[in-house]
This record gives sequence, C-alpha cells and structure tokens, in this order.
Amino acid sequence: MAAPELAVPDLAINRRLTVLPMQEFYTSGHRTCQGCESALVMRYMAKVAGPRTLVTGTTGCMYVANTSYNSTPWALPWAHTQLGAAGSSAVGTAAALKALMRKGKIADERINVIAFCSDGGGGDMGLAALSAAMQETRYNLLILLYDNESYANTDIQASGMTPWGAVTAFTPSGSEKRITHHRWKKNVPALLMAGHPQGRYFANTSSGFAMDLMEKVRTALDIDGPTFVQTHDPCPKGWDFDPRKSHELAILAVQCGITVLWDCLDGELRYQGISRQMVDGRLRRRPVAEYLRRQGRFAHFADEDIDYFQSQIDQMWEQWILPGVVRIGQTPHRTLPTSSSLPQATEPVPGPAAAVGGGNRG
Amino acid sequence: MTTIQETAPGGRVVPTDREEIITGCDAVAQALRLLDVDVLAGYPIRPYDSVMTAVSKMIANGEMDAEFIVAESEHSQFEIGKHASLVGARSFIGSSGVGWMYGMEALVVTASLRLPVVALVGNRALDDPGAFGVEHNDAMMVRDTGWLLYWVETAQEALDMTLMAYRVGEDKRVMLPCALSMDGAFLTHSQHIVRVPDAEAVRQFVPPYDLGDRRFHPDNPISVAPQFNEDWVMEARRQSDAAMRRARAVITEATEDFGRVFGRGPADPFIDTYRMEDAEYALLGMGTVGMVGKVAVDRMREAGKKVGFVRVKWFRPFPQPELRSVLRNVKGAGIVDRDYSFGSSSYGGVLYTEVAAALFPEDRRPVIVPFIAGLGGREVSVENMAEMQEAVEQAVARGERDATCQWIGVRGPESDPRYETSKLNETAEGSAR
Repeated sequence: MAAPELAVPDLAINRRLTVLPMQEFYTSGHRTCQGCESALVMRYMAKVAGPRTLVTGTTGCMYVANTSYNSTPWALPWAHTQLGAAGSSAVGTAAALKALMRKGKIADERINVIAFCSDGGGGDMGLAALSAAMQETRYNLLILLYDNESYANTDIQASGMTPWGAVTAFTPSGSEKRITHHRWKKNVPALLMAGHPQGRYFANTSSGFAMDLMEKVRTALDIDGPTFVQTHDPCPKGWDFDPRKSHELAILAVQCGITVLWDCLDGELRYQGISRQMVDGRLRRRPVAEYLRRQGRFAHFADEDIDYFQSQIDQMWEQWILPGVVRIGQTPHRTLPTSSSLPQATEPVPGPAAAVGGGNRG
Repeated sequence: MTTIQETAPGGRVVPTDREEIITGCDAVAQALRLLDVDVLAGYPIRPYDSVMTAVSKMIANGEMDAEFIVAESEHSQFEIGKHASLVGARSFIGSSGVGWMYGMEALVVTASLRLPVVALVGNRALDDPGAFGVEHNDAMMVRDTGWLLYWVETAQEALDMTLMAYRVGEDKRVMLPCALSMDGAFLTHSQHIVRVPDAEAVRQFVPPYDLGDRRFHPDNPISVAPQFNEDWVMEARRQSDAAMRRARAVITEATEDFGRVFGRGPADPFIDTYRMEDAEYALLGMGTVGMVGKVAVDRMREAGKKVGFVRVKWFRPFPQPELRSVLRNVKGAGIVDRDYSFGSSSYGGVLYTEVAAALFPEDRRPVIVPFIAGLGGREVSVENMAEMQEAVEQAVARGERDATCQWIGVRGPESDPRYETSKLNETAEGSAR
C-alpha cells in the first residue's frame, strides 16, 4: 500500500517557511492529555518532514499515549524504539537505507530519518547513544528531543532535565525538606553541540513557537549528516496547570529567559525571535516568578527559592559567554595572536616518562 | 588454500570450495561476507570481538560491501541491528558475557518484534569476578525470549551454521533472531581447517531477506510495535511460540537442503551422537566439550565401557524427540553443564533441567546425573569425563534416580560434597576468600 505522493515545498536552508503543506502526517488517533504540547510538536515535525520519512520514537508519552494498538496517529511509517535508543534507532535505520540503496536493493532516494525521544529517554538514559549518533556524519538523521521536563508517562518523576526544585513523584516537598530536587536542568542541545564539532546543526526551540520549530526541523532535514532539535513542551499533567494555558506557558518560558531559542548551523550560533531581541538588548526579560507561580510543581517555593531561580537565569544571561548556551562566564576575553607569531611547538624529547611528564603514570 | 571439487549424491557437481585454516570467529566472518550482510554493529568485548575485527578488515579491503557501525554500547549495538533489520537490511551483531547482558533489553525486543537478526555469542563468564573464559550462562539468558539458540563445536560448523541461522531465521514461517554460541577461546580463537563455499552456492541456499509487509519504508506506512497491554499481549506471545514450534520443521528442511547444495552436512540437525548405537551410558554436553567428550568415549571404549557422547546443538528449539529417542536405551546419562542455575532442581545446570524435563514423561528413561564443569574457561579434560562416567555408573549401580549435582574439577574445600554445611563455609573468612 503506497502512500499518496504529496507535495512538500522544497525549502532552502535558512529560508523562512512561507508556504506550509495542508497535509498532516500526524493526525487523529492518539489519546494524549488535554493541552499536550508534545503532541503538537509531533504534528509540526511530521508536517514539515513530509511523506518520504521514517520515524522512530522512544518509550514515553509519545509512545504510550500516541499509539495504542489498532489506533495510530501516524500516517508516516513509525516504529517504537527502547527508551535509551533514539540515537541508535536512527543510526540503524539510516545505515540500512544507505546500504540497501548503494547495493540497489531499494530505490535510491532521499528519505528523512527522524528519531524522537523525551527528556528522560534522550537527556538521561539515551545520552550516550545520542552522542554516538551525532558523530555518524555518514548518515542523514534528525534526533528530536521533546522536553516536557519529567518522566511524564510513568507518573511524573524527575529527569535530568526537570527544573531545579520542582515537585515530582520522586522529589516531593515534605514537612522537613521543602526542596528535594537538587539538580539544575542539564542543557542537552548545548552539550551535544559543544562535544561534537563535526555535527552540522543543533537547535533549541519551543512548542509555543510553531514557525520557529518547523523551520528548525526543516533546516535539520535539509542538511546532510546528523542533526539535533530540542523542543520545550509544557505538560499540564506533570507541571500542574490548567490545560488551556499550555501554549501561554511555553511562550512565557521564553519571555522569562528560561527557554532560549537558538540554533547553530556549521558552527554559527544564532538566536531567534524574542530570544534574539533579549541578546541584542532590545527586550527586557520578565521575572521568572511569573512563570513559576503559574505551576503547581513550584507551589512550595518560598521567596528565597524564586530568588535563587532568578539569580541562575540572570547569571545565564548576564555572565555566560553565550546566553543560554555556553557558560564560561568568568573567562576574560582575550585576542589570540596569529599563528605565525607563535613559537613553533617542538617534538617531545624521547626518554623515560618521568623525564617528560615529571610523573610516573604508566 | 586448497580448492575442492566433488560430486554430490545424484551426480551434481558441488560448487568449488576453498579450504582455509581459520579460527571460529574468522569462519563466521567468512560466512557473513558470503551472505552479503548489509549492516553490522560492533562493540568491543572479548572473545567474540574477533569476528568484528575480521569483518571490518574485509570491508576496508573492499572484499565485502556493508555498513559497519562501531557502537558506543551493546545496547546501541543491538538496537542498531534491530532497526536495520526492520528496514530490510540483513544485519549482524554479537557479544560476550556481561556485554550480552548490557544489551539485554534490545535483545528481548529484537525477538518480540520477530526480526531475524543473527548474533554471535562468544561464550564468556559473567562478572564478578572478571573472567574471560567460557561459561554458557550469557547466551542462556535469552533462552526464554524467542531467540533461536545453537551451540557450535568446530570452526566449520560455525561457518555452516551462520548460513543456517539466516536461512532459518528469515524463513517466513519462523522470523526469529538466531544466536550462535561459540565457546570463548576454545573455539573463537583456535584454528581449524574450514571449507569455505563459494558465494553462488550460498545464494542458492539463503534467498534474499524479505520482510514483506512489515518492511519499514515510506511506501509501506505502518506503525510498528504500538502499545498492546492486556488486550493483545498473549496473542502476540502465542505467535512467537508458534514460530518457535514451526522452526523445527524449517530446520529439518534447511538441513536437508544444505546437504543438497553443499554436498555435506550433519545427519541429524538437532543433536550430534557419537558411538551411541550400542551405548549403555551417555555423556551429554554442548559446544567444544563435544571434542573432549568424543576422545574420552574412545578411551573408555578401549577399556571396554559401552559409553557414547551426545552433543546438543540446537538449544532453542530444544531437541526433545531426539533426546528421548537416543537416551531410551541407556542405563545412565551424565549431563555436563558449562553453566549454572543456582537453586534449581537438584542444583543442576540449565541443560540438565531441560533434559530432565524432556525425559520425564518417558516410561523408559535412564538415571540422569547432573554435573557442572569447566566454568570460567577451566578445561574439561578427558580425565574429568572419565570421572563423570564413573559417577554415573555408581548412581546406576545404586539405583539412584535422584542424584544431586556434582561439581567437577573444583579445588580446595569447595570440592567437598558437604562443603555447604561445613564450618569453613559459614565463616566470613571462607566466603571472603
């Protein structure tokens, strides 16, 4: 049963999407919660990917709530993969396509390979596999990490990407201890970008900014090699707020400077939308209290907790070398001399290790 | 290298073979080249890793056209193999010991997704303490999950069974992954004379891999492995069970076909019997212990003992009819387990438990004595075999139908049959040593 050939605009890299296809490839048939932003992300992602796409997805909300047997929202081929296997499922799929096309066992054509994962599957358990995928420059693949900031399908437990202090099933607030989630959220897109110099595209976006998100997915798919896009998706069930406010919260997270819209194409870092205005000093951030106070998971916060949260966000914007991306805030800027003015490195003198390194490390 | 040309029964000329002296791992690598495997994923752990070393060199030399991925863990390695197989690529993975354990989740779903990936398990002891040597517990861990499991004895068999693994696994009636178990060091790294068939014969024997309407491709927009829950899980499990049951006939058929195409092959697909025709006693084992067992049988025969050896080859599906038939007329059988299953019936190993269960409904069945030997790569010697035979004879003489497992080749106070109740074992000093 062949899928109908549907036109998807051939979008040049970096161009704004001006025409979007009417067709949906993530449709009805899922049973995600009211106000689920991650389902919207799946829809945007599938829409701009188009019909010549293979999607794998890790265990999580976008597995369990999306695909109950005999009911699937996917008009694209979709396959479940294990929680830590977004990176390896993408590599396996892309490698198979490459081998089969090269050997003439299937038609040679451009087929998008997308593997999506959650903050738990991608940022925690699957981080090593994501890292390995980002090194596989032989293969065209996109990893999309939908970040709803907890293991939301299993009853809301803290992940490595849950914001500091948030209440989850495993990090409750008690009568003795107000805060039990002590880890500051890890910055996965920046982590992947910094550690994989051959990776061509890394992006951070938000479910509240549909055009930004779709542009980034499309840009990633148009590039040869491994690419990574992360989206920040408010979760009414996990964050404890009225489902009507999902989109609003996503936007507010960016307005408060907590989520930063950025991407990095071939080593060039760019900010988008209101994040860019903030970087340029044209827009003032809203206090994080506005964002935190709307969510039940932060209801236990004392003023000092909000102050601490605000101080960390302030530091990220005021002291980091690249706000929201790269810290190294304390390093003084310096101009490197040109290479010709530097002394030539000399060959190390052969000899016992102790003589060279001053130690005996074997 | 020697080339061989022979005439098969029926007058057909067998395609030209090459003869090479290669290790068990190299023999598997040769088979993978002949099978035109598309995707291979490797991760280092001894001793299986030699197969990946050999394959990557063949790819680098242009002798083989495949995508070779150096994964960052066994979990990723097996997921890569699984997903490549889902796209329709013939794929190969492998591991040893705790590495096989590390990727267990991916192994389980490969079987439940009914994807015919083939794996080499270079059998290795599980940590802790660290040991490189052979133990069969690693491969045994998938015995309940829908993996076909085979234990090879020689490098030739390793090559032949790699072909067989794809032929049987990819058969529409089966569609299950297959793990070939190979004793670490004793076979992975020892050289045998191996006949390497030519690619055309292999193509005749193993048709192209075709996943049919399960192929993961934009032309076939399917959803793979949606959430089942209690509604359908039992039906899915029953389908895997049916596939495993059908595998028996497919293996028989493929073994006959193997003989037709290559002009050689085993008489019985499931078990390998040695001097069992008139045997009163039998020793049973798997893998390279077969070589020792056969030598030991010859020695004991010279001494006038009517002993034979039975090597279990396919462990899944388990050769129940064959074992019932071959053990029907013996008085006593010793089961040599190169694995352990602490706390199991009679404290025997896994093979013992399976053999005992297979024979239970029989009216005529031998006295069965369980042994555990050769763990962690310790050699199982001809003398050990004689020792086990002696114990079997004694059990038969005593009419002992409920023998407790004996450990063979153990040193120190642990060798005492009453070790578990001895004072030494109760002290911290004893357990810390």
